[in-house]
Amino acid sequence: MTSQTPQRTSRPLRVLAAMSGGVDSAVAAARAAEAGHDVTGVHLALSANPQSFRTGARGCCTIEDSRDARRAADVIGIPFYVWDLAERFREDVVEDFVAEYEAGRTPNPCLRCNEKIKFAALLDKALALGFDAVCTGHYAQVIVNEDGTRELHRASDMAKDQSYVLGVLDDRQLAHAMFPLGDTVTTKDEIRAEAERRGLAVAKKPDSHDICFIADGDTQGFLASRLGKAEGDIVDESGEVVGTHEGAYGFTIGQRKGLRIGTPAPDGKPRYVLDISPVNNTVTVGPAASLDVTALTAVKPRWCGAAPSGPGAYTAQLRAHGDETPVTAELVDGELRVSFAEAVRGVAPGQAIVLYDGTRVVGSATIASTTRAATAALA
Amino acid sequence: MAYLDHAATTPMLPEAIAAMTAQLAVTGNASSLHAAGRRARRTVEEARETLAEALGARPSEVVFTSGGTEADNLAVKGLYWARRDADPARVRVLASPVEHHAVLDAVDWLGEHEGATVEYLPVDAHGRVHPDALRAAVARDPGSVALATVMWANNEIGTLQPVRELADVCAEFDVPLHADAVQAFGQVPVDFGTSGLAAMTVSGHKIGGPYGIGALLLGRAHSPVPVLHGGGQERHVRSGTLDVPAVAAFAVAGRLAAERRERFARDVGALRDELVAAVRAAVPEAILGGDPDPGGRLPANAHFTFPGCEGDSLLLLLDAQGIECSTGSACTAGVAQPSHVLLATGTDPDLARGTLRFSLGHTSTQADVDAVAAAIGPAVARARSAGLS
Repeated sequence: MTSQTPQRTSRPLRVLAAMSGGVDSAVAAARAAEAGHDVTGVHLALSANPQSFRTGARGCCTIEDSRDARRAADVIGIPFYVWDLAERFREDVVEDFVAEYEAGRTPNPCLRCNEKIKFAALLDKALALGFDAVCTGHYAQVIVNEDGTRELHRASDMAKDQSYVLGVLDDRQLAHAMFPLGDTVTTKDEIRAEAERRGLAVAKKPDSHDICFIADGDTQGFLASRLGKAEGDIVDESGEVVGTHEGAYGFTIGQRKGLRIGTPAPDGKPRYVLDISPVNNTVTVGPAASLDVTALTAVKPRWCGAAPSGPGAYTAQLRAHGDETPVTAELVDGELRVSFAEAVRGVAPGQAIVLYDGTRVVGSATIASTTRAATAALA
Repeated sequence: MAYLDHAATTPMLPEAIAAMTAQLAVTGNASSLHAAGRRARRTVEEARETLAEALGARPSEVVFTSGGTEADNLAVKGLYWARRDADPARVRVLASPVEHHAVLDAVDWLGEHEGATVEYLPVDAHGRVHPDALRAAVARDPGSVALATVMWANNEIGTLQPVRELADVCAEFDVPLHADAVQAFGQVPVDFGTSGLAAMTVSGHKIGGPYGIGALLLGRAHSPVPVLHGGGQERHVRSGTLDVPAVAAFAVAGRLAAERRERFARDVGALRDELVAAVRAAVPEAILGGDPDPGGRLPANAHFTFPGCEGDSLLLLLDAQGIECSTGSACTAGVAQPSHVLLATGTDPDLARGTLRFSLGHTSTQADVDAVAAAIGPAVARARSAGLS
């Protein structure tokens, strides 16, 4: 039994548990209730036209998910409601997602949802209604310092850590966040076993992957239906046309598959997406080495605590489930300037860079532009 | 605990529980010819007679169903099919826009799948259909009307319809009128025989009977096409082995609902008036839904709109304090939609999100009203600060 008190606090809190219908959020809510908090479950209806059933591991927010969440709440013995945040979700997450791709960037909608929905729209409503905290099934830890300040840390189990998608949370959001699964050193199987032991039927439910609002997993198709087809050229680094595409928005920097370039590269090596230019609707491809990035600039920084002053040495994570890499970062005129100790590959504007000091999340920012090793060498 | 959601379901009466449990141990299919079957049949027919008497109907006019929803579907679809089969020109279905979804969705289904032309009748700010409006709609082309359907009393805002006058209009044109009387039965006088209705829906669990049993009161001149085909029970209109214990208990509840109606209306009506006064005192800007004249609404219904509040928020806050009520609107995937009833009465959609329905019943007490009086002010203040998401 590794279940521990979700938050070391002397008084029971009124907690609103966001319950997706999955196993993690159900166990999180159960742990919060077991720890003596006054927990109310809420399922967020995020789609205006929910599908009836889940298909495999894809999507969420179906009527079946809502029902699974309700059943879990019944078993835990907590009140349960469904809140309709579909309009806010559409505006802040889905439209943002489409606009970012349209602009040639690669957004992370889960991160945006945490920033704008779970720890903004939901949290604000929860606080107004008299709740003290919002609880989710994320794997991350909130540590309360002696002076009452809070720090966000990676989960005890690095393999399951989700602090990256929570890196956008600021002080205030963190002050009301509860992650009961964060200090678990268990495998997913053990979480499932705990769910089973607690009588939660979601114990055997498959994990959800992919993007919840694209039920069939076809991101390209979704974008095409939203943005229409816009044929353009695929060019190599010299500017020579090597193929065509049906919409520059459908590509991500570092992408190799799905380019459908007829003629092979002169050196016979695989080619990757190097750049996406929405303005002239071209996609530039080239060898892997051209993807190497030595520095980047990121905007809209958010800090889990005080903003650092002067340059500092951190580790950085550049995508969900990505590796850590050592960096030097400095805040200059509101922008984060980051240089990498060693070149990294496949950095896509639009994605978040999250800075860590050890296991502590320092803050995050949205990648705006990168400096390529090749370019730097030329310069 | 203050249970103020009797319009959703009301506790079973002890007499109905006794009747039901007594029958649960008895074997017998009411369609069987042997002694056990005859015994069951007798129980059913006695129940039919009891219910008929309670509703001013003849026993042969009582068709048992699985509940209000089925009775509504049978009336709307069955009468439509029968009338259209007799004359293909009859495709118009006239309905009030404040119907329960059991009628509304059945009517819409006819429009989408059976070639019906659905026309929603205008209602006033209290959700009431005026006989002249019905007359105008029918008179536009009387020969093309399949049926009209207008509920006796609204489940959300409690407004009573002028059923007799509406039925008179229909009678002039020989058009059958159906009324969903699920909420009206036991609260206002409901007499099928003098109503002029072709068909009328009642339900067991809204009057202290069991779930899963209801009836369509069906004039003898009307033979709706069945929705359920099978063994030919219930005038060949509704097949299926009868649920004898439920039928017996429903009849007991129906008899008591009729017997106790006047006292219920007086006592529960007085509690309701107190609740309305208490809410208005605590939240002066609260808007009472439906007809403010007590004579024009159900005695047990109090419906409010709280400007700037989300009904869901209020429900959560009151639920946490043991006060159980409803937002009054239907859910889609568990998500509250602005009530079609309020929208039909011309309420602004944003305003329509901030509703609560308190519905009282035979177990309601002064303590229930006091609990609401104490909780509603702070709950509204808090819900307002949470705003409309």
